[in-house]
Amino acid sequence: MRPQPKALTFLTILSGLLFIAALGMVFLFAPIEAVMGYVQKIFYFHISNAWVGMLGFLVAASSGVIYLVKKDLKWDIVEFSAVEISLVFFLIAIVSGSIWAKPTWGTYWTWDARLTTAAILEMIYLAYLLLRQGIDDPERRARFSAVYTLIGAVSVPITFLSIRIWQTIHPVVIGLGSSDAQGSFGMTTSMLITMFFCLITFSVVFVTLLWYRIRLGQLSEQVDQLKYKVMQ
Amino acid sequence: MEKLAGINRPSSPYLKAIGSIVWKDLLAELRSRELISAMLVFALLVILIFNFAIELQPDLRITITPGVLWVTFAFAGTLGLNRSMAVEKDRGCLDGLLLAPVDRSAIYFGKALGNLAFMLIVAIIVLPVYSLLYNISLFNPGLLLVVLLGSTGYAAVGTLLSSMAVQTRTRDVLLPVLLFPVIVPVLLAAVKASGGYLQNLPMNEIWPWLNILIAYDVIFTAISFMVFEFVVEE
Amino acid sequence: MIKVHKLVKRFGSKTVLRGLDFDVQAGEFVALLGPNGAGKTTFLRILASLSRPTLGTVQVAGYALPEQAGSVRARLGVVTHMPLLYGDLSAEENLQFYGRLYGITELNRRVQEVLDLIGLTLRRRDLVRTFSRGMQQRLAIGRAILHDPEVVLFDEPHTGLDQDACDMLDELLRDVAGRGRTVVMTSHDLARVEDLATRFDVLSRGVISASARRADLGKNNLLDFYRQSLAG
Repeated sequence: MRPQPKALTFLTILSGLLFIAALGMVFLFAPIEAVMGYVQKIFYFHISNAWVGMLGFLVAASSGVIYLVKKDLKWDIVEFSAVEISLVFFLIAIVSGSIWAKPTWGTYWTWDARLTTAAILEMIYLAYLLLRQGIDDPERRARFSAVYTLIGAVSVPITFLSIRIWQTIHPVVIGLGSSDAQGSFGMTTSMLITMFFCLITFSVVFVTLLWYRIRLGQLSEQVDQLKYKVMQ
Repeated sequence: MEKLAGINRPSSPYLKAIGSIVWKDLLAELRSRELISAMLVFALLVILIFNFAIELQPDLRITITPGVLWVTFAFAGTLGLNRSMAVEKDRGCLDGLLLAPVDRSAIYFGKALGNLAFMLIVAIIVLPVYSLLYNISLFNPGLLLVVLLGSTGYAAVGTLLSSMAVQTRTRDVLLPVLLFPVIVPVLLAAVKASGGYLQNLPMNEIWPWLNILIAYDVIFTAISFMVFEFVVEE
Repeated sequence: MIKVHKLVKRFGSKTVLRGLDFDVQAGEFVALLGPNGAGKTTFLRILASLSRPTLGTVQVAGYALPEQAGSVRARLGVVTHMPLLYGDLSAEENLQFYGRLYGITELNRRVQEVLDLIGLTLRRRDLVRTFSRGMQQRLAIGRAILHDPEVVLFDEPHTGLDQDACDMLDELLRDVAGRGRTVVMTSHDLARVEDLATRFDVLSRGVISASARRADLGKNNLLDFYRQSLAG
């Protein structure tokens, strides 16, 4: 078992520090928005989580394709690690978005393109996990997961576009519920700086978590191998 | 060793293989009628239930009809997909197909076309029944076009995913879970386009939906047939 | 006819076949023996082109697997313990369907020939789901030799058959082998196999641990040979 690489330890500490700094920036540095007040601060974490979710999605989709080409199981580990992490980050994004939406738009949910697509994406992730659960053979599990990731990855943009088109023809009228309302506060420079800082922080956190999860996956595989040897 | 003339060709013509598989599926279904009767009974039940679940006042019916129809097709469709693949898996017939010197993608097209045929047969029966029960004329060539396009996209992805689902432990439950999130564009576009035709909306409002359907069909048929061998070969 | 060199098959962390060597000349009838879970079915599936080797080379009828699988399939017939037949089709229709997939010319004549050979001419129009297991097995053999393959693989074909059906099956097996075909058959039934095969190989712990020709073995020594090879 390889000990934790120094780079990972460094990243962990860095993530922790960045996170504290980000919190500081959000609460102390960024100004309070005129119309929405304190609630608006959720925006920084909401956006960062959504961004990381997207990142994870892209990593998962690419790993899937690479696995199908190379047949190296380590890409399978990267793929499902990315899916798991992306699932959680997207969930946080959706929930934080809802918390922000209630005082701002008067409702927890609207059926706008972004939210709906995010919800569908979560369903695809859950379906992915259920798929994996139903297969014992590691090679088959990796193949099927990669195929499903590919199908999911291609369908999500089409889904987003379809719902967008649906909306322009039938705009969603629930208070200020159009998806443009999200960006409808002007951002001062300090807000922009805070936002980018948060994005970077969360990206670092993502990479750290992904690395941990991949290690966990590899260790788990080693345990399986040892178990099998003992049973021989 | 006796050798019969003309037998050992490396692989049989592609289209002939697809045709044989479709023919085999239709013939078997004609004999047992298990698949279609299950889909049909289910579809009719769903339509009946909708009568009680949603107050279908006459003037509202036109707007609600596309949604009801496509929900029905979507759910009945999973029944058909599941059973079509289960037949191959349970008697090991999928191995029989894989042992033959035919391209894996030919197997995909054969099964997909068979599944499409079953969906269309069910639709052809369900539409007139719905018309009678709810007093709405569904004999609309535009609507039939949408049914064709929507079913094609559904069958294209559904065949691939059911081939996966049937090889897992959680087989029956898994297919709808895998399929529905991915089929949302088809359902949305099909419902909007159907509604457009039924309400006689101008073509420029229907076109975006038809485009989405066609794009989806093309993209996913292409992906599915390329990726099918990863799903059936070990 | 069949050349296997250092075949390795792994399922995730499980190694089932460990560098297996196997060489069969044209016309031999090899009985593949071994305990349950030894990997006989896995090995047969690889020879049948239904599964890919992890490492090593496999050649059947002069073509390499998995690269030239199409050419192998045209010259290979396989009978497993699953019937591989469509219950809702008649015997004749099943044969015609497979015949079309194999591109057989003069199909009707060939189907008639095979039906006569397996003794199912009178039941040609009956649906396969009305057949007894013995009849299904005979039809399965018919399906396997329809395209006149050079190599035929049998995976425990006697499973689930009663005494009479087994005797009928043996007659058919002798006929199939008698036409100069190369046959590999896995089996648990040493008594049956003793009269049929020309060679006995034992698959144990992922390799062929012993091999003997019938001529060298003498009558009734098969059981001893088998036990010895497992103990070693």
